[in-house]
Amino acid sequence: MSLGKIWVFAEIAGGKPAPIALELLTKARSLAGTVEAVAFAPDAADAAAELGAHGATTLYAGTDPLWGELLLGGPAADALAALMHEHRPDLVLFGMTYTSRDVAGRLAAKLGVPVIANGLDVSDGDGVSVHSSVFGASLNVATRFEAAGPALAIIRPKSFVAEPSGGGPAAVTQVTSTIDDKHKSARVTDRVADVAAGPKLEEAPIVISGGRGLGDPKNFELLDQLAAVLGNAAVGASRAVVDAGWVPYAMQVGQTGKTVKPAVYLAFGISGAMQHTVGMKGAKAIVAVNRDENAPIFKLADLGVVGDALKVLPALVEELQRRRS
Amino acid sequence: MKVVVCVKQIPDPNTTGQLDPTTHLLKREGVEVVLDPGDEFGVEAGLQLVEAQGGEVTVVSMGPERGIDAVRKALAMGAAKGILISDDALRGSDALTTARVLAAAIRREGFDLVITSTESTDGYTGVVPQMIAELLDVPAVTFAKTVEVDGTTLKVKRQTEAGYDLVEAALPAVVSVTAGVNEPRYPSLKGIMGAKSKPLDRLTSEDLGLEGAGGATAGQSITGVEAAPQRAAGSIVKDDGEGYKRIADFLAEKKVI
Repeated sequence: MSLGKIWVFAEIAGGKPAPIALELLTKARSLAGTVEAVAFAPDAADAAAELGAHGATTLYAGTDPLWGELLLGGPAADALAALMHEHRPDLVLFGMTYTSRDVAGRLAAKLGVPVIANGLDVSDGDGVSVHSSVFGASLNVATRFEAAGPALAIIRPKSFVAEPSGGGPAAVTQVTSTIDDKHKSARVTDRVADVAAGPKLEEAPIVISGGRGLGDPKNFELLDQLAAVLGNAAVGASRAVVDAGWVPYAMQVGQTGKTVKPAVYLAFGISGAMQHTVGMKGAKAIVAVNRDENAPIFKLADLGVVGDALKVLPALVEELQRRRS
Repeated sequence: MKVVVCVKQIPDPNTTGQLDPTTHLLKREGVEVVLDPGDEFGVEAGLQLVEAQGGEVTVVSMGPERGIDAVRKALAMGAAKGILISDDALRGSDALTTARVLAAAIRREGFDLVITSTESTDGYTGVVPQMIAELLDVPAVTFAKTVEVDGTTLKVKRQTEAGYDLVEAALPAVVSVTAGVNEPRYPSLKGIMGAKSKPLDRLTSEDLGLEGAGGATAGQSITGVEAAPQRAAGSIVKDDGEGYKRIADFLAEKKVI
């Protein structure tokens, strides 16, 4: 199988494509001659310029107002299956996001083809392969598509850097397939943004994460204070404390959470279980503070401080305030 | 209400997994196994729903024979019935095959609501819940932070990149729950003893009419496994009371302050 045509499934919010769609388009350009995007949102056509500027020549856009109200997974998988039957892409790329996973999973089951998830790269050499990393990023694994028919891959955010292609707006082709009534019972009745102050976890140049070693949920305040004094930092967490209900799932960094690649990652009271490290080992620099000198996090750290995070944190906040003034 | 919770037995997530160098399957021999911690939230969510509204929780699992321990743990927590699909032919199954097997067992059992975790902690493909929903032809409400059932309507706060969506769907449906959605109970001694006498179905793929479904869907193969490059060793210091200064200096050196 070689790649003639790649599609990128783009999530749209407020007429803008999700950043991962632009990352995937950038990669797709290097692999195939024809790169196109598919999106389902009432304002999907508004994204044609930005998607086009990153390499999509055509945008298949479902713009029925219902796309803004329904859970996307079921109806989008139906519509994609119909479009793919007509236009025959060789590979469809999805971002490893909540909604794209829904669409990709349902689509794979509908088409009876495998979907390879957690990709960090895609290559086309001796067949099309998805590259991922397992066991806390200790092993790199290549998985090759063997089936005839379309290949589906789900790629983790931040795997590629989005770069404009210099292309003009994508030509918009309206998706005309109707949404089956059976999908209309699963509706979004409200959208709530619980925006934390400061930059988003995935975009912040500095990420400060806490784990069990902080001892108590209220000690996450110390991380918030550090983030406040740094100004351009976001606060994350290990799975252990999310499982324990200290902080919401949205803050989880790791295999089952978010992937971050900040300039500096600071881990306080995090042992460095492989579950966590896969989500942060791409940071340019890593600082770890942990009482246990044998904690695996120290194998990744550029600077490791063996000590009590609860003592280091307040002193660090004061020091930074002093240096600032 | 009939709730079916999917569970999986996995290698202890606190140990580093290994792949067999020839088969590229996960090495399971000599490895401690546990009920996936993510699944405990699903079992707890199911139990809370039936305790409030009546009904029963059935747990279903696919895996090796010793996976029975994971099913028993869920029974000890309070599930009424267990189903284990175990079959040598299913070894090495990929996400789609797993979903086909689980969906067939769930359909056979009957359900109002299927609960799963968002992904397994070992394989973490994260698409099995959606595949099950597609195969059962019902909605999949995924990444639930809260789960309520009001009559025949499922109401969920669904995690999003920006916050959460309030989502409603008509039952029957599949819901996947995030970690931290509740506080999973510990099995009581009474629960553990009682689990031994609860009904437990052991099925094969043949029982489900899925002969020949085993293994990975022949559409993918692992072609390469190699050790990831290691990061260069850093500087590790004991906190002598001035560790914070080292960190501040490091941040200055990286030009982020």
